[in-house]
Amino acid sequence: MFLVDVILSGLILGGIYALVAMGLSLQYGVARIMNLAYGEFTIAGSFAAYLLFSASGLSPILALAVAMPLSFALNWFIYRLLMTPLVRRAKSPGALEVDSILATFGLLFVVQGIMLVVFGGSYVSYSYLAVPVDIIGSTVALNRLLAAGIAVAIALGLTLFLMRTRIGTAVRAVSVNPAAAPLVGIDTTTYAAFAFALGGALVAGSGVLVSMFLTFNAAMGVVFTMKALIVVIMGGVGNIFGALVAGLILGLAEALTAAFLDSGLTLAVNFALFLGILLVKPTGLFGKAAR
Amino acid sequence: MIARNWTLKDWAFPLVVLGGAALLAPLPAVAGSYWMALLVNILMYSVLATAWALFSGPTHYVSLATAAFFGLGAYTMAFLGEKLPLPLVYPAAALIGAVVATVVGLSTLRLSGVYFVIFTFGLAELVRQLVTWGEAKFGGTVGRFVFIDVNQQGIFWMLLGLLALVLLVGYAIQRSRLGWALRAIGEDETVARHSGIDTTVSKVAVFVVSATFMTVVGAVMAPRWTYIDPSIAFNPIISFQVLIMALLGGAARLYGPILGVVPLAILFEILQANFPNSFSILLGLTFLVIVYFVPNGVVGLIDQGRDKIARAVGRRPHPAE
Amino acid sequence: MTTRLTPSRRAVVGGIAATTLAAPYVRAQAGAVKIGFSISKTGPNAGGANVTTLPNYQLWLKETNDAGGLKLPGGQRRMVEFVEYDDRSQSEEAVRNIERLVNQDKVDLLFPPWGTAMNLAVAPSFNRGGFPHLASTFFVERQPELVQRWNNMFLFLDRPSTAITALTDLLATLKDKGLGNTVALASVQDQFGLELVSAARAGIAKAGFQVVMDRQYPPGTQDLAPIISEAVRLKPDMFLAFSYPPDTLALTEQARIGGLNPKVFYTAVGTAFPLYKQRFGANAEGVMGIGGVDVTNPKIRDYIARHNRIVGREPDRWASTTTYSTLEVLSQAIERVGLDKAAIIKDIGANSFETILGTIKFDKNQRVDQWWVGQWQQGEFVALAPTKVGGTKAPVFPKPAWPTA
Repeated sequence: MFLVDVILSGLILGGIYALVAMGLSLQYGVARIMNLAYGEFTIAGSFAAYLLFSASGLSPILALAVAMPLSFALNWFIYRLLMTPLVRRAKSPGALEVDSILATFGLLFVVQGIMLVVFGGSYVSYSYLAVPVDIIGSTVALNRLLAAGIAVAIALGLTLFLMRTRIGTAVRAVSVNPAAAPLVGIDTTTYAAFAFALGGALVAGSGVLVSMFLTFNAAMGVVFTMKALIVVIMGGVGNIFGALVAGLILGLAEALTAAFLDSGLTLAVNFALFLGILLVKPTGLFGKAAR
Repeated sequence: MIARNWTLKDWAFPLVVLGGAALLAPLPAVAGSYWMALLVNILMYSVLATAWALFSGPTHYVSLATAAFFGLGAYTMAFLGEKLPLPLVYPAAALIGAVVATVVGLSTLRLSGVYFVIFTFGLAELVRQLVTWGEAKFGGTVGRFVFIDVNQQGIFWMLLGLLALVLLVGYAIQRSRLGWALRAIGEDETVARHSGIDTTVSKVAVFVVSATFMTVVGAVMAPRWTYIDPSIAFNPIISFQVLIMALLGGAARLYGPILGVVPLAILFEILQANFPNSFSILLGLTFLVIVYFVPNGVVGLIDQGRDKIARAVGRRPHPAE
Repeated sequence: MTTRLTPSRRAVVGGIAATTLAAPYVRAQAGAVKIGFSISKTGPNAGGANVTTLPNYQLWLKETNDAGGLKLPGGQRRMVEFVEYDDRSQSEEAVRNIERLVNQDKVDLLFPPWGTAMNLAVAPSFNRGGFPHLASTFFVERQPELVQRWNNMFLFLDRPSTAITALTDLLATLKDKGLGNTVALASVQDQFGLELVSAARAGIAKAGFQVVMDRQYPPGTQDLAPIISEAVRLKPDMFLAFSYPPDTLALTEQARIGGLNPKVFYTAVGTAFPLYKQRFGANAEGVMGIGGVDVTNPKIRDYIARHNRIVGREPDRWASTTTYSTLEVLSQAIERVGLDKAAIIKDIGANSFETILGTIKFDKNQRVDQWWVGQWQQGEFVALAPTKVGGTKAPVFPKPAWPTA
């Protein structure tokens, strides 16, 4: 049925948007690092999946088990080495924001440059799980469905983790008030590093998953950074569940626009929706009052 | 302090600006076409970054809408360049920029911090998407040819004039009640509002001035590329590059952004000319080095140096400095 | 190399003049021909430039120098040396790179950048310096006017409307073979997609077909499923997409998943990429796209083999082959008239050239006769139309339904 087609494809796309954005939500929301190099790690994840798949036939799903821990470690290292000095010297959240924008802008070029040297600039694409699945009479690609499903699972899992566990509570405390967290015995730096690294694991994971169906090259990271920024801000900084909702709304809007308005306006409607929501709710859908 | 009469010392800055512009103006007579190209690039980013810092410097509102206004200017030139006499196109671009900036300024009042940053970014992307769609729907094609006879020298002089103008306007704002209001907003907006400052008018007024300059720069640059399409005119890289350059120079001073633009543009040039295959990596590393070792921008370095000299001479800098 | 970049007193005093002059790229050994180019090694254009243009420049350089250098009149040979810059996909950088190449590096010749916009941005500089501008990745409707403005410019691709005429003429011949008359159109919303689709609307009407769907999507769209699902519902006889590489792959993938099986399935840029075959394998059979080559021509077979050997992968069968042919044309002109730029321009305009794409000649600086429609047939992307060019094959029609996975 037509409407089912539209809604389903919108939800799947939205899930993918959310998937791409969740890592940034942690990195920015908790660790306060506005990471402009974010998308480069998406692409790095995609290349990792591609390499493992083409060299050893390893399924991208299994590649997750390689890419995510690796990226976790790498991002932990990046936070400790590059971000901690900035956090230490920052006199205000604003100063850290500016510093982290500048530093990660540099990081963006370094990571992109390395990928260009290693992989060249050509397009890369491979096929995995590109098989039709029938859902209530509507045909969707299994790989996309899987990516969206994993996004929902991660969002719910992480929300539970943050709400129900000790570590999660500490992470939330750092997110809500980094100045006060040490007063109750929370080592802010360690938890911020943990959140940043966890965000790093998520971004690499999203890169692995989207590589199953998107054509990519080394220069394309920026696209993901921008998408993620929009989703994170729209959902409300630091709110994983907000990112999921924002992603789904954007995906649905895109599908509905394509179906009922004009497929050429999809991205315009997305941005208009984003701007409109901020005008009504200046701190995003689920954001707390401005800090 | 705000309303006092201008003394000789107050005229120093405008005189330096005008003198500097007068000194640079004859350059096209001696500089070759490559050097002119480099100067045009430096001037373009100088005007953009200075205009950016007019608003973002004192208020601490970080804007990524530069590309939106730049692109609007470029498109104004593409649309009107062959229909209106050239001298009228630039004011037209300024007007369009000012009108759009007023609307944007008024609508973003409730936003702050990162929400403002990403809002302005989203805005630039929305404008780009709408232009793309509108061109496709009504123009039949998306790219536009800009066959307008403005040579490199002409562009150089226009940008130089704009730079002088933006500095003078910035100086006038800084010394007016408006400048004082902006700084108060930057310190603490709530306090500013309570002490009777009309924060809305102040913010929107300066945002409009800043955006108008950006729009005119877009109109000046468009003929140089023969052809524009939305991805060229509204390239988000422009927004980011302007932001980075202004921040590295130091957005708190009027001349700060230029101190960021000149060394960075030259650095870009040297890297680009010598390392075409590892440009990205080297550029990124340089950025990291700058962030860690020049934490307060070039202006910060200068202040530091001045403090040292002052201490050595045995006099504390005057608080007004 | 790095020592030169430490800020010496001279560099500081002399500004960047000193530093730039001390630029550490390898200086020409006496007598080497210096050829410069600015290309998008990074940024959004890098994908296109790295597939179609850069590898061919490198291939040509290696082959020319391995053969002892560039042939000049009288059989003399001179080695060739590149001066290359990255324009980071920004017009302003491209303009400045060309100024640097011309005025600072004093190159003997220039190669063009990748893409329509970049070629237009640098065209005035090429023209001012009197450099032959042999553009291969340049595709706009307003070409006749441009070559009048810049008489040093040679366009190796004809106009979008010509490409469409070839396509619709071919489709018209399939009517007798049972092709229905409904067409679904999809196009990327930029100059390339729009010029092709507007030409296509006219051509389709003229051929007596009927457009049942006409969708555009913004560049960078990540989900093309809605377009394909609409096409699936409408069951058109032909699906024609004027798309870019990532969209070409996504549309094909979605069509396969959604079970869109029109009698003609056409996608534009990217169809002729080796990546397409690698990604879709047997599914590529019967897919039509822009470009195509005469696979029976030993010259092209040899070129593909050399490209494969030296670059490490196969070339695409549209822009790569065209780009390589520009280099062949240039070499042949130089062999006849030497390095005098004005003489080269005159020679190219007046003569015909034997290349991997067959004979190339120009009418008012625009190349005449070239293949516009290709099709994957048993792992080869063969030329189908226009048939008057020669070297074309009969189309596989109707396109076989997508095999399962």
